[in-house]
Amino acid sequence: MKHLKPLNVKARRIEADISAAIEEDVVALQQAPRPHVPLGCSLSFSPGWEVDASGGTAGLCQPAERDIYDCYVTCFWPVQMADHVNYSADWASNCAAATKDWRSLDIVFP
Amino acid sequence: MTTLLEHRYRAGEMHRFQAAGEEFVYMPQAGAIFALDAATNGVLGLLQDGVAAHDDLVTALADQGMATGDAEGLLRELRMVRLVEAENVVALAPIVDTPPDDFPLQALVLNVTNQCNLACTYCYEFGADKISTQTGKTKYMTPETARAAVDFLLESAKGREAVHITFFGGETLMNFRLLQDAVNYADARAAETGRRVTYSLTTNATLLTDPIIDFLADHAVGVTVSIDGPAEMQDARRVYKSGKGSYAVILPRLKALIARHKTRAIAARVTLSAGVTDVVGIYHHLKHEIGFHEIGFAPVTTTDEGHDFGLNGDGMSAVLAGFNALADEWLEYALRGEMHGFSNVSETMSELVVGTNKSHPCGAGLGLLGVSPSGDLSPCHRFTDADEHVLGHINSGVDQAKRSDFLTRGHVGSKYECTSCWARPLCAGGCHHEAFVRYGDTGHANLHYCDWIRGWTDRVLDIYGTLAVRNPEFLERFADRKGLS
Repeated sequence: MKHLKPLNVKARRIEADISAAIEEDVVALQQAPRPHVPLGCSLSFSPGWEVDASGGTAGLCQPAERDIYDCYVTCFWPVQMADHVNYSADWASNCAAATKDWRSLDIVFP
Repeated sequence: MTTLLEHRYRAGEMHRFQAAGEEFVYMPQAGAIFALDAATNGVLGLLQDGVAAHDDLVTALADQGMATGDAEGLLRELRMVRLVEAENVVALAPIVDTPPDDFPLQALVLNVTNQCNLACTYCYEFGADKISTQTGKTKYMTPETARAAVDFLLESAKGREAVHITFFGGETLMNFRLLQDAVNYADARAAETGRRVTYSLTTNATLLTDPIIDFLADHAVGVTVSIDGPAEMQDARRVYKSGKGSYAVILPRLKALIARHKTRAIAARVTLSAGVTDVVGIYHHLKHEIGFHEIGFAPVTTTDEGHDFGLNGDGMSAVLAGFNALADEWLEYALRGEMHGFSNVSETMSELVVGTNKSHPCGAGLGLLGVSPSGDLSPCHRFTDADEHVLGHINSGVDQAKRSDFLTRGHVGSKYECTSCWARPLCAGGCHHEAFVRYGDTGHANLHYCDWIRGWTDRVLDIYGTLAVRNPEFLERFADRKGLS
């Protein structure tokens, strides 16, 4: 920090947290020197939701619902998605090709 | 089409103060203290009247000669520390959580007797505002109860290496034999498990003898003496049942105590009440004429009626003026690198050094419990023997439902009036017992002394800032200090 001088233990902890945040924690997806692709998507060779596997946007999910479906299979998407491990294992059984069948992805009533 | 969000900022929650010609800020959400530079001061000035757009702030800083990149960096730094925040941020509702049931106990206050050889007119245990219901109950704690309490403490302390026992009354020394037995037993039990027990006691000093003093010194028992000052003030309310004052009795015993007991600081605890408000005079008498190491002051607890001993507005003004005069002395000492004995400053300083941010005003019901002569548990010594506040028994353990209720109501997040107060990290609403006496609810904020607390905290912050500029090494001395009250 350049402008604030920490004067007690708590202030020094805030300073340390901020330094760590700037250096390590938060990275924009398109930040130089190379794009940072979300881990799950890059491992499964499928499009992420902000940049595609090559760091561009051309290969992004189309339509947007494809994005949701991809998260359901490959990533942890804690709120909006049906729980396909425990309660809704067959949620996507009518959706063989998401780009065509996405309309058959339905709302789940737990 | 994309619409870019225009970022607009307002000042975050802060209490600003100046000291030694410099600018500082105290941040209530964290308890953090920062020194500000001129550029930060400028940004906060621009936000003084409300909200400003990010780009306008950058432009204003650029107009003052700052490079655009530096201005962006400055705003980022202030945002991350939360000195500025987005205008539409909604503060989260305070979280009121209670600690787990097995929260390790750290200290017990053993009420070794509820009997006293004095009859101080303002006493919360016997006076007009008493809440205890002693009729038919054990008057003196038995050695069996004390030993069971020690076992309960060591068992409940789980992983703690050191625990603390405070002996309290009534008049503690009316049951000195039990105190001796309890210390010897606790030392032996602690040694078996490789732990340490430290001790303290509060006494009116009337019953101190040389053998008692030697025992206290040998076992490093910290001694706090309840005393109100020179003879005329001590004898105003600290009297025997006959009405006779106690000053002449305790003076030679205090001299002996201070001369013989060198293993712990000897502290005086002064209760300020109507007519007993000469803080400076009392301090100098106790410090320099009697020789106490530390002197702490607290206004008497009373209801709104105040009885004949309560402090009215004029009385409290006199007290604050006295506190400020002693605070000036404290600072003069500190600038010379010397420790002054006015513990009200020292205690607040040690909390500020750490950045204390309290969920509850004190450890009552958390790491600390009171034990009545019969073995009932209570949040602290002030609730001893009050049926309504019993939290269990040393033999059956803590009544978790009652404890949880006490802690939930006493949590600073439950006290609506505290949510907007910058002094809440240190005060957290104030004494549970005082709140009960005054408002009938341990979870009520002590609204009658809010201005006083803020005024006092601001005064100590001023000392803090001055030392940060002129003698920063002195602040480091407080890092390990532990409050005893």
